[in-house]
Amino acid sequence: MRGIFTIYQKEMEDHFSSTRFLLITALIVMVGVIIASMVGMSMQEELRGMAKPDFIFLLLFTSTGKLFSFIQFIGFFGPLIGIILGFDAVNRERTGRTLSKLASQPIYRDAIINGKFLAGMTMIAIVMVSLVLIISGLGIRLIGVVPGAEELGRLLIYLVLSILYISFWLGAAILFSVVFRSTATSALASLAVWIGLSFFIGLGGSLLADAIAPMQQTADMAQAQDSFVKNAEVQRAASLLSPATLYGDATSTILDPLRKTPRSFVLMGPMERISLSRFQNPLPLIQSVVIVAPFLISLVAITFACFGICYAVFMRQEIRST
Amino acid sequence: MEKETVIRMEELTKRYGAQTAVNRLSLEVLEGEIFGFLGPNGAGKTTTMLMLLGLTEPTSGTVRVCGYDPARDPLKVKELIGYLPENVGFYEDMDARQNLRYIARLNRIPDKVSAGRIDRLLEEVELAKEADKRVGSYSKGMRQRLGIAEVLIKEPKVVFLDEPTIGLDPDGTNRMLDLIQGLSRERRMTIFFSSHLLDQVQRLSDRIGIMIKGKLVAVGTLDDLAQRGLGLEEGEAYTLEEIYMKYFKEG
Repeated sequence: MRGIFTIYQKEMEDHFSSTRFLLITALIVMVGVIIASMVGMSMQEELRGMAKPDFIFLLLFTSTGKLFSFIQFIGFFGPLIGIILGFDAVNRERTGRTLSKLASQPIYRDAIINGKFLAGMTMIAIVMVSLVLIISGLGIRLIGVVPGAEELGRLLIYLVLSILYISFWLGAAILFSVVFRSTATSALASLAVWIGLSFFIGLGGSLLADAIAPMQQTADMAQAQDSFVKNAEVQRAASLLSPATLYGDATSTILDPLRKTPRSFVLMGPMERISLSRFQNPLPLIQSVVIVAPFLISLVAITFACFGICYAVFMRQEIRST
Repeated sequence: MEKETVIRMEELTKRYGAQTAVNRLSLEVLEGEIFGFLGPNGAGKTTTMLMLLGLTEPTSGTVRVCGYDPARDPLKVKELIGYLPENVGFYEDMDARQNLRYIARLNRIPDKVSAGRIDRLLEEVELAKEADKRVGSYSKGMRQRLGIAEVLIKEPKVVFLDEPTIGLDPDGTNRMLDLIQGLSRERRMTIFFSSHLLDQVQRLSDRIGIMIKGKLVAVGTLDDLAQRGLGLEEGEAYTLEEIYMKYFKEG
């Protein structure tokens, strides 16, 4: 563990004094203010003269206003923050010829990676917490509703999830910065993986589903239905490979208590339909957490997997100054 | 008094694919010695140093630095040694003091202790006046001297210097060589340095090793090398260049 704190300290100093941090701060303020005012104002209009719905405060984060909601925005562009903070973590030291000096000090090599990761994670936490605070603050002023204890709890869980999710991308970016010697290459590789896993995996999933379990057009209703369900299941399984899906599913149930399943596709027979319309009550917080737990664990697991590869590569790497 | 062996290599070999960078190198360096490692570019000098530091693993053979195996006990070795890589880099946005303090902290030297040491070292490497400037604005010679200060901050027993004078002007080279000589005389440090420049090796070293194409072709004091290599008697005039060229042609 020795050396981690020293490296963490220095990385934090670097982050705070870098132009990158200035840009990120500008981004936070801009996004926070825009989303809060956009959503707040449209909520004001929509809710005029209506009874106050449950969990109105959480709507600040989940309702789309005119363009997009906060959780959509973070789900989409959050990974970019992680990538920006991590893509040149190790190879910047390599091109600056400081890595061989650093590696010849009496610290374990993993301390270098861990220190950098923790510093990045702290930055992510700062970004996320300030965004949520800006939106809450402006939102309270705009819609005039104070959050209840359960809403605060849900927001807190959402924050933890988001920080973990963005940290996964930070870890992936650090991994690429170990593997590739040039910072441009590692940035591009991180972006490629982000785009691939976030946007194209759905396409790949549906192709895979059509190949494995094609939908059948037959007169037999039961058989057609069966094949339809199988197809959807394969697609769903494939999409779980994407951290974006894991994160999206987890956050949608935690911030929207009326949703009882992360799935967008639910096979409904008459019984399910009746029960859904009967029980329109929100899920208790603990039940939402139960639904979220597996996604949370998967997110942590893939982050650790990323680290495992990172260590394995970095420990055996030869460190030359030229 | 018997001097301790500080560095010991036995049959040390490093291969990259089909290419052999270091070929069955056996060598001992004694305490307090200045050992000059001479050879043309690409002879395997840097690779040897990386193996001594545990920054790369040998393909076969054994290494001991101060009695420890750098691949097994990297931390023990790294506590005892200082390494100045070829063309060392610094954190350009920090000043000399901050750079030195960072290295001191990584060596778990408390800031109170390091503050005094940093001032003394900056004085010694003649950077006291420029200590508060960004390292990014330093000249090549200043950077190299700051590198020496970084090596010394942890007060190592053994110092590895990889091409310490490369790219320096004559004045810079002179100051650097004086500095290195001072380390050995005043602090009794063991110094293992590599260079492809004959006159420098000749000026500094107690003993010299000549490495060509991954093989250590000769080791000894300058006189030893002259007698064995050129077959000269004691007292006859010779230069290291003659010896070196002879081995170089054979290699």
